[in-house]
Amino acid sequence: MKAKDLLGRHGEDLAVGYLETLGMLIVERNWRCSEGEIDVVALDGDVLVIAEVKTRRSLDYGHPFEAVGPDKLARLHRLGAAWCRDRELRMPLRRVDVIAVVDDGGGSPVVEHLKGVG
Amino acid sequence: MALGRTWSVALVGLNGYMVEVEADIGQSLPAFVILGLPDAALNEARERIRSAAKNSGIPLSRRKITANLIPASLPKRGSGFDLAVAMAALRAANDIRPTGRTVFIAELGLDGRLRPVRGILPAVMAAVQAGYPDVVVAQANLAEASLVPGANVSGYRTLARLVLDFGADPQELALDFEPDDADDDPGASGEAAPCPDMADVSGQGEARRALEVAAAGAHHLLLTGPPGAGKTMLAERLPGILPDLEDHESMEVTAIHSLCGLPSSQVQLLRRPPFENPHHTATAAAIIGGGSGLPRPGAASRAHRGVLFLDEAPEYERRVLDALRQPLESGELVIHRSAGTAAYPARFQLVLAANPCPCGKASGKGLDCTCTPIMRRRYLARMSGPLLDRVDIQLQVERVSLADFGQGGAEEDTASVARRVRDARQRQVQRLGPLGLETNSQVSGRVLRGELRLAPGVTRILDHSLERGILTARGYDRVLRLAWTLADLGLRDAPDANDVGQALALRQATAAAA
Repeated sequence: MKAKDLLGRHGEDLAVGYLETLGMLIVERNWRCSEGEIDVVALDGDVLVIAEVKTRRSLDYGHPFEAVGPDKLARLHRLGAAWCRDRELRMPLRRVDVIAVVDDGGGSPVVEHLKGVG
Repeated sequence: MALGRTWSVALVGLNGYMVEVEADIGQSLPAFVILGLPDAALNEARERIRSAAKNSGIPLSRRKITANLIPASLPKRGSGFDLAVAMAALRAANDIRPTGRTVFIAELGLDGRLRPVRGILPAVMAAVQAGYPDVVVAQANLAEASLVPGANVSGYRTLARLVLDFGADPQELALDFEPDDADDDPGASGEAAPCPDMADVSGQGEARRALEVAAAGAHHLLLTGPPGAGKTMLAERLPGILPDLEDHESMEVTAIHSLCGLPSSQVQLLRRPPFENPHHTATAAAIIGGGSGLPRPGAASRAHRGVLFLDEAPEYERRVLDALRQPLESGELVIHRSAGTAAYPARFQLVLAANPCPCGKASGKGLDCTCTPIMRRRYLARMSGPLLDRVDIQLQVERVSLADFGQGGAEEDTASVARRVRDARQRQVQRLGPLGLETNSQVSGRVLRGELRLAPGVTRILDHSLERGILTARGYDRVLRLAWTLADLGLRDAPDANDVGQALALRQATAAAA
């Protein structure tokens, strides 16, 4: 595994831990299809949450949130629909969350969470 | 509460309107939106503000920032809102304390320096009038902004220094950054060239006299004569013999020139009457003001309280000349464009210069002239009757004779003529002050034939001309105005028949020749 993938994996682990503390139920991680990948699929009550996790070691190249542009957001919404079709589920209540993890390795990673974007 | 509020000023022409800037930070992906009809320059402020804040050590929130400029329906232009938007965004993030009624007007550089903007003088005047005397501007604008009486202006060089004074945490701020002011001074051109002296004009006694009368009563002037007679030379010397501007005039003139972008080395109240000398290919928009979006002042407004000199007047487009009729009557130009209407003052003294015909040789006996009579008539007819009717003094300037040319240096200099002009102006203020007027050229026909009515014997020659149809009713009034100025220069309390006769001669010189 490359270093950047390791960092991403580490960030996703932190994000999942964080979502669980919020009382969300983690349904699936790293679901892939031809259109792309969903980092985390979770349930917040009866709302299906499609979560994108962005991890950075520092803010030198911008904040993780800034890496999620309009194209990426649109794709996340499409992936949410694709996931429902794949699982043959009807989940009318869906939202996309973005989670930013900044971990400089100093032992105090910062996790920020934006609910229901785009 | 993630909401910040600051104040700034939007200029529409010379009128400033207070603009409230709100900034809201929303829980959403990073974005920066500016609402309230921003133009391209103001929309680019988003990038300037983000970089300036980051490089000042006080980065903006990584969330969605929405800035709203109120009233939303008023179009906002230019970079002067940068600072107000930045301060509102920083306040919304609680990085600084509330800024209250302080007004912010400055452009931001990417490195966090505050840059000067145009039109700071009218903007600060508007803020003070609206009851917002505390104004923050760029250091390079401080001198100009401080000209406004009653304003409490502070100048800053960098955003970091400014936010420090508004309670930002000094730990992270880039306080050791001190930009060099010289960088902001591209237009430094040194002192304005001094006005040329009357002593340089050889001979031309009649023309010198006409120039003095024009200056004393603020009368418009037409000079016709062959090339090389000295028409341009005379016109350029008119501003020199005009009196200094009064305080309120000085503010008006400085405000217009501030809007056009004063070189910062000249940031002081303009005390001398301006002189505008546009080229004869100038368009109507260049002379009376215009441009896309909100209209900018043209040469006529830049010549406000000074001299607008149109050399080779018949070469101008007729449309352009006729566009001057409105400001000649009202002293104001109202210009409509898509983004709004602007009114600029334009109470200038008009000086027209013209050759007698296209080839320029038709003066005197005109034996060398190659123009046909039709060509000659058409040439001068390009200056329309209604325009010339507003020109009090119409003078023919002849080539200087050898006798006059030989004795150089014997002529009166600008200072002595200016002294007589000043005295004549004072007499006018004393007489016309109670009527709310300043110069003879402003007196209406009703007043001339009412409060200032002359004895019937004095105006006999005029009545005769009017009867014979040589003078229009408006022309009659113009001659009376000139007669009053001649009396003022001669230190007489009212014009006598001689003054009236001279006035008629000054007015009719070309009319008789044409």
